[in-house]
Amino acid sequence: MWEYTDKVKEHFLNPKNVGEMKDATAVGEVGSIACGDALKLFLKIEDGVIQDASFQTFGCASAIASSSALTELVKGKSVDEALKISNKDIAAALGGLPKEKMHCSVMGQEALEAAIKTWRGEKVSSMEHSEGEIVCECFGVTDHQILEAVRENDLKTVEDVTYYTKAGGGCAKCHEKIGELIAQARGEAKPVPAPAPKRLTNIQRMRMIEEVLEKEIRPRLQLDGGDIELADIEGMLVSVSLRGRCTNCPSSQATVHGVVETILREKVDPEIQVREV
Amino acid sequence: MTTPVIYMDNNATTRVAPEVLEAMLPFFSERYGNPSSMHSFGGAVGREMREARESLAYLLGCGTDEIVFTSCGTEADNTAIRSALAAQPEKRHIVTTRVEHPAILSLCKFLERSQGYRVTYLGVDSEGRLNMKELEDSLTDDTAIVSIMWANNETGVIFPIPEIAKLARSRGIIMHTDAVQAVGKIPISLKDLDVDMLALSGHKLHAPKGIGALYVRRKLPYRPFLIGGHQEHGRRAGTENTTGIIALGAAARAAKAHIPVENTTVRGLRDKLENALLAAVPDSRLNGHKADRLPNTSNISFKYVEGEAILLLLDQLGIAASSGSACTSGSLEPSHVLRAMGVPFTYAHGSIRFSLSRYTTEADVDFVIKNVPGIIETLRKISPYKQGAPDPLSPLDTKPACGC
Repeated sequence: MWEYTDKVKEHFLNPKNVGEMKDATAVGEVGSIACGDALKLFLKIEDGVIQDASFQTFGCASAIASSSALTELVKGKSVDEALKISNKDIAAALGGLPKEKMHCSVMGQEALEAAIKTWRGEKVSSMEHSEGEIVCECFGVTDHQILEAVRENDLKTVEDVTYYTKAGGGCAKCHEKIGELIAQARGEAKPVPAPAPKRLTNIQRMRMIEEVLEKEIRPRLQLDGGDIELADIEGMLVSVSLRGRCTNCPSSQATVHGVVETILREKVDPEIQVREV
Repeated sequence: MTTPVIYMDNNATTRVAPEVLEAMLPFFSERYGNPSSMHSFGGAVGREMREARESLAYLLGCGTDEIVFTSCGTEADNTAIRSALAAQPEKRHIVTTRVEHPAILSLCKFLERSQGYRVTYLGVDSEGRLNMKELEDSLTDDTAIVSIMWANNETGVIFPIPEIAKLARSRGIIMHTDAVQAVGKIPISLKDLDVDMLALSGHKLHAPKGIGALYVRRKLPYRPFLIGGHQEHGRRAGTENTTGIIALGAAARAAKAHIPVENTTVRGLRDKLENALLAAVPDSRLNGHKADRLPNTSNISFKYVEGEAILLLLDQLGIAASSGSACTSGSLEPSHVLRAMGVPFTYAHGSIRFSLSRYTTEADVDFVIKNVPGIIETLRKISPYKQGAPDPLSPLDTKPACGC
């Protein structure tokens, strides 16, 4: 048996804002009876503010509770504020959900997004997610949804993705693809091999050093109240002088070599040496 | 969690019968001897165990030497299939059904994936019945074992085991049946059948959890699963669960005495419950063949609502039942049994199994009849899908998920 919080039980046994809203100005529909849960969210939006919300849900206790909590969360919020509500906020309003049931909170967020999109006149297909390509055919989940769920909730495994989006919960054929999407979203994807470096001319190298110093290194040092100035470039030897707080900073040497040299070597040429003047 | 007042989940597990508890208790305390010991303190326990074996053999209509006690039904099933395969290493094909319990299904999938066996999963019709012709056509000279459940745990549908066993015997193929749900509910006489192996579980017939048994027909080639001591004549090593075995013996005696009750009183209560609910709740349907069924089981689907939500509202009233809905298991798809039967998704997610026992009273049944219609109505008010409205069929609704 699931361990539901008292808030989940309360929202399930006495759901708030149940039923169709005749004068709704926005309706969002997600899920289907085949998938085992579906939510139809009704909003009354006036002057950019959600005045009223109601829902109809087919699904388990946590799906009904998530829907009920969602309607309470959005009431009185501006459309822009409402769009910031994430599935985590819905789960938090319920005092948490079992991880296997997190997809119920995701469904709430998706219905809210869909409702606001229709209100704004953007095109939403009610049964299918219009964005991205279907990855999980069993539950009709797209790559966009999976990437978003991984980023929003810091998901690490295929199992996590299944709990949050249902993707991969059927025939398991898409597990490999989900694994790749997790890696992609977490920035762990194998980097595309860089093209063989071209030999830079002196002029090209000097321009690149200037550019990298200006755009990447200075802003970092400025964050710490310091600054850097380029003094000279002779071949691979780059002379710089530190300004501001960096001058008396005991770790300025480390700063120069640790940050400046590393970045220049990475971005321009691995043979670069940095000297402080 | 409070004690459920009205227990209608007897296919999941049963209460230990008072006479069973009474019989087993001394073996937890003063009668702790090991039946293998060379002293009368242990030997006396061995004698009680022999009596328990006799009681179980009497219930099954077989010889005492044909019973191997195990720890559970799953162990008995695993032992049966692995034994048949090990005894015939040249044969690489298994025949089973799509609606088996995971004790068989997961094992077959494992053997298929990691050991290279070929497995035929027989389908069922919309009422959960097997096609005998399909079974016959699936048998080959390479088939090592046919493993088919006697009765389905979710729907209670009974397969024609006597005919299936006869067919397997005529082709020289070992026949095993997972009879965990059937034993104690319907009469079984193995001496009159061509069944080679049969698995049962104590806790489904009012014995405690942790004890099961495997019937192995005399002279059947057999390879033990657990290797070790000489217990169970070397067919299942490990010190006997004396307490569990004594309990299973007592439960078997009680079951033998109560089989007529199961098929009259329990069946009558089940029918009353089923007929009343199907009549009172619109858009409800029975899952499984009406006649070829265990007397205690009723699987009913309520359209437009989801099973877990129904169960939790039943739970509020102290009613314990179970569901084939996806959400109750943590898996995301509804029951593999209902899907194999082609039950539409609009119904499959809202299936509830009521399973009665000889302890179920008419008052229990009346209470459930009184409360279920209101629960379904409450949930239908929340649901976006409605009676009378056209079915909200998305493309996904028309095909079973994954095409499994």
